[in-house]
Amino acid sequence: MAVRVLADNQPETLLSIENIVKKFGDNTVLNDISLQVHKGEVIVIIGPSGCGKSTLLRCINALEPIQGGQIKLNGQTIDPNGKDLTELRQKVGMVFQSYDLFPHLSVIDNILLAPCKVQKRDRAQVKEEALALLARVGLQDKAESFPRELSGGQKQRVAIVRALCMHPEVLLFDEVTAALDPEMVREVLDVVLQLAAQGRTMLIVTHEMQFAKAIADRIIFLDGGKILEDAPPEQFFNHPQTERAQQFLNIFEFEVVKPHPAPQA
Amino acid sequence: MRLGLAGIAISILLGLLCAVAQYFKIPVLRQIVAVYIEISRNTPLLVQLFFIFYGLPKIGIQTDAVICGIIGLAFLGGSYMAEAFRSGLEAIPPIQTETALSLGMSKWQTMRYVVLPQALSVSVPGFMANIIFLLKETSVFSAISLMDLMFTAKDLMGLYHKTTECLFLLVVFYLLILLPVSLLGSLLERRLRHAGFGS
Repeated sequence: MAVRVLADNQPETLLSIENIVKKFGDNTVLNDISLQVHKGEVIVIIGPSGCGKSTLLRCINALEPIQGGQIKLNGQTIDPNGKDLTELRQKVGMVFQSYDLFPHLSVIDNILLAPCKVQKRDRAQVKEEALALLARVGLQDKAESFPRELSGGQKQRVAIVRALCMHPEVLLFDEVTAALDPEMVREVLDVVLQLAAQGRTMLIVTHEMQFAKAIADRIIFLDGGKILEDAPPEQFFNHPQTERAQQFLNIFEFEVVKPHPAPQA
Repeated sequence: MRLGLAGIAISILLGLLCAVAQYFKIPVLRQIVAVYIEISRNTPLLVQLFFIFYGLPKIGIQTDAVICGIIGLAFLGGSYMAEAFRSGLEAIPPIQTETALSLGMSKWQTMRYVVLPQALSVSVPGFMANIIFLLKETSVFSAISLMDLMFTAKDLMGLYHKTTECLFLLVVFYLLILLPVSLLGSLLERRLRHAGFGS
């Protein structure tokens, strides 16, 4: 898996976030954030809730207007009012926490809708691709099912396939496992790990620390609307530079409160 | 009856347009729609009909009673339909729109393929209630000399002096027309509930 580490010469910058500022009223959620994402890189963004992780992803996809700075994809500025916004969005796939399949469409129609209507691709061809992807995530027999017939983990895998079928250059994952129970979390994370192994460029917001450790090329620690740390996972988890990050990581440790072995009755 | 259907068809279209205009918050148009809805919902159909039937010729537009009936019904129905559709549109969570947008769909594509189909099935109960309501409202058409059930019934009363029987028949005929519509509505509602949602 180390193949995707960008050892040879200068890596190509795919997504460039430059000094963005995002405010909700007087509340500054993102304060002068800059981040370069290189092709093939997997970046995991972690931080306490309310620190602006999800907002950052939403800004990249222009679902939230920003009040300062700019975001560029392949050197092209993402402008919420621009004409080519829909084109840029096609290159940025996003998967949300609540899956958000379209409930009135079958799984296959959910996947085919955007490639056929937006990209005007040939339906039969996309369908072939979609079925192959569904098979890869273990859902080959669910193509004709409706979203309500699927479990949360299955829905989330469909949502990932739906995003993939648009052939995006970057994938954004916004806490995609937060609403799932542990076994389903695993199903979904395995799919994301597969994608990483294929060398896809991804930005992942998650609270699954073990997963972050396994998948990330870089960990971004966000707090109070600022990037406090930007480091490889080994360094971040073993030697966090800031006290705030150390504090945050401690939350995931538990101390034994009962003496072992338990006293005999 | 045909008149009623034409009026209802136009009112559905009008209602849909109004609801979408409000949903997208299109400036100016949105205010016009808001004013229209208030006027249309807060005046009785009879008054609206008189206004159209006697008012339009005054400003030089000559129409016959049938056209007036259709316009009147569409004018009244449009606002009720708009409200029914609006409640449907508002019931669709914004994340559905965001998902569609994030897939690169335009605002209109999102509306057409994602939001509207879902909104329409939410609107069905209100929508059917409106159709029944509008069909019933046709009973005031006799006031502008249109042949409706009410008119016919009064006619028969005059001819045969059997008021009670005629009124009874009137009730029966209205039921004959409206009960099937009502049943169709419940059927449609149940079908849609099976078809989607409730995940």
